[in-house]
Amino acid sequence: MRVPEDRASAASFADLALPLFDQLYNFARWLTQDKAEAEDLVQETYAKALRGFSSFQVGTNFRAWIYRILRNSFLNSRAGLKVTVVIDEEDGETLPPVSSTPESLLMEQANREIVQQALETLPVHFREILLLCDVEDMSYKEIAETLSIPAGTVMSRLSRARKALRVALSEKKQGGGRGL
Amino acid sequence: MACNEWRDKLDSYVDGELTPAEAATLGAHLRSCAECAADALQRAQMKRAVQVAGKRYEPSTELRNKIAKSIAVKSHRRIALKWKLALIPALGLLAAAFLLTSYFGRQRREQQRVYSELADLHVATLASSTPVDVLSTDRHTVKPWFQGKVPFTFNLPDLPGSEFTLLGGRVAYLGQVSGAHLIYQIRKHEISVFIFPDRDGEMRSLPSGPANAASFNMQTWMKDDLRYFVIGDASKEDIKALSKLLQDAG
Repeated sequence: MRVPEDRASAASFADLALPLFDQLYNFARWLTQDKAEAEDLVQETYAKALRGFSSFQVGTNFRAWIYRILRNSFLNSRAGLKVTVVIDEEDGETLPPVSSTPESLLMEQANREIVQQALETLPVHFREILLLCDVEDMSYKEIAETLSIPAGTVMSRLSRARKALRVALSEKKQGGGRGL
Repeated sequence: MACNEWRDKLDSYVDGELTPAEAATLGAHLRSCAECAADALQRAQMKRAVQVAGKRYEPSTELRNKIAKSIAVKSHRRIALKWKLALIPALGLLAAAFLLTSYFGRQRREQQRVYSELADLHVATLASSTPVDVLSTDRHTVKPWFQGKVPFTFNLPDLPGSEFTLLGGRVAYLGQVSGAHLIYQIRKHEISVFIFPDRDGEMRSLPSGPANAASFNMQTWMKDDLRYFVIGDASKEDIKALSKLLQDAG
């Protein structure tokens, strides 16, 4: 009897994958920064995930699995190939210290846009880890699985990403004070 | 421990990644050190700001339908083919007639079971001291609340200009299937809206249109592979009007 099996796997794939649709799209759009490319990327992700669903091990983390498919598809896409992915983070590069704290900025509703603009200016490897951690609420372990990096790297990359965001925000704040 | 060392742990603290013991020690330090506490607060605010700013893009209904279809078609096609090849020719006219009669009988019983279960859910929910788990009149709060709690997504209508108010929502179970339960109000009447996914074609086999369940008025229909039930003690016209709003919600 193959029929019930097929039905079961199709049903459970839909049950697992469809609730993630809105989040996957949001993430794809942040990665690609383009509506059409994000739509293609999400479609490709679902097609690949459905085809590969038999290789997904029940009991392991489905969310990390499908996000990894999306991200790998992105890195292989035309837009993704333009992006340089940081592989080794043990470099000594230090970010400038942040002089003013942007917390007062963050309190205001209007600053949602400023944070979005700041996120846009970050390199993809910083942007994606912030989204996975803060928006998708993934654990460090899930992030490590999604990005295929060690847990220790998750922490250091996250810390650097946050510093970079603070720098971008205080630049926005200064720029905004003068220009707008 | 020096403040420097604490600082390195603040991100993990804010992200909820410390063990309970570590978090407790750090928590105690934060209560005694204003500088670290300010830093932690700022990190938490930043995390919250990214969380809010990051939820930025909504997919089109078109894309949603396309993807839902692409997943569903595959499974249906396989089943359809197998049925055609193996079963249909084997069924004689007599057998078909017999099956139809018992099918309709069973379907009516099934329909009654579902309706009375929904009427019970409606009454039990309104009688409860906390009828809704997400209390909001804003569909943009209520809809995302269901994300990850029910295995599907749906659209809610924009209500300004109508007499209906959204009171909130909760997760409801029909059999083993989880679905969305929304509560609307019109002129002191509360109306339940249930949305369930179509598992095993059971939902699809129910008839659509107006109905009556334990003296409640009801409307039910299928949309985007989801079964909607609108049920309450409001008038047939009100139930119908709310149903129309839901059907038109894109």
